[in-house]
Amino acid sequence: MNMVTKSGKEYVCLMEVHCDFQEERLRAIAKEFVGTIYQKPPVRSSVKRRVRKRKIYSLDVLEIEGRRVLMKISSEPGTYMRKICHDMGILLGCGAHMRELRRTRSGIFTEDTVVTLQQVSEALYLYRNCGEEDELRRILIPMEMAFCGIPKIIVDDETVNSLAYGSPLMAPGVVAFQGFKKGDMVALITWKGEGIALGKALVDSVSMGKRGEVVKPERVLMDKDVYPKAWKK
Amino acid sequence: MDFSPFVERIDKFCGYNQPWEIRKDYVPAGDFGVQPDKRTIKDLINTSIINVDKPPGPTSHEVAFWVKIMFNLPRVGHGGTLEP
Repeated sequence: MNMVTKSGKEYVCLMEVHCDFQEERLRAIAKEFVGTIYQKPPVRSSVKRRVRKRKIYSLDVLEIEGRRVLMKISSEPGTYMRKICHDMGILLGCGAHMRELRRTRSGIFTEDTVVTLQQVSEALYLYRNCGEEDELRRILIPMEMAFCGIPKIIVDDETVNSLAYGSPLMAPGVVAFQGFKKGDMVALITWKGEGIALGKALVDSVSMGKRGEVVKPERVLMDKDVYPKAWKK
Repeated sequence: MDFSPFVERIDKFCGYNQPWEIRKDYVPAGDFGVQPDKRTIKDLINTSIINVDKPPGPTSHEVAFWVKIMFNLPRVGHGGTLEP
């Protein structure tokens, strides 16, 4: 879950400006927010209130109706939309606040795969009372999908169980990999694509030798003994 | 050499296109584990992610708790609140 909280976000945000304004002026100000900004977390926040640097990847004004502005913002995690609205209001000279906010993307989870609680409930009903599991299968995203976006290493079946017990990954167990750098978070998966563990790379993939430790597992996902023990014969 | 088509599906899920580099030819000798999308529905319920459209009003914790009750699960987590 940490992987999701630490990844990029996208929002649709409704701002209300406290005075009439010129559209051109607002659009010019909106442009200023793209890039790296300084932001002090709002009074009511869960983090320490010191000025932080945050990257805004894009800020598009979707609609303007009277004093209300609908915007689509893509940013680094830990960016406060409420504060962006507030700061835009200051630049407009009369203040503004955020009326509504909807997160449309959190890391790799977008509105494409989103389901309502009602859909979940219906899928569960079909499964429990009609024995139809297709709908539920369509909703359940295998946890391995969360590995999309980070380098992955496929390990041989003989190595899987030692990782499930928390051992580091040694070079001979590597079957294939996607390029990674020392210190990167990497996902260890089986030949079939099952998640085994998440860990920190101890070397760059280009300098990986024939022996030695490659990854130190930090979060083991697979149960023990799903794969056979290969180290005790 | 090829591996499970599911690996490709993981990369496609978010459009990750870092190429795969092969270290050694390998074909599993035994048939252990199971391809993630071929898990039994019970196993999927225990290990999967749901991308829930949280309505305004209830908190993320509340929604996670409802999902936990709906599925009768021991543990459920959520991926972060909108504005803590």
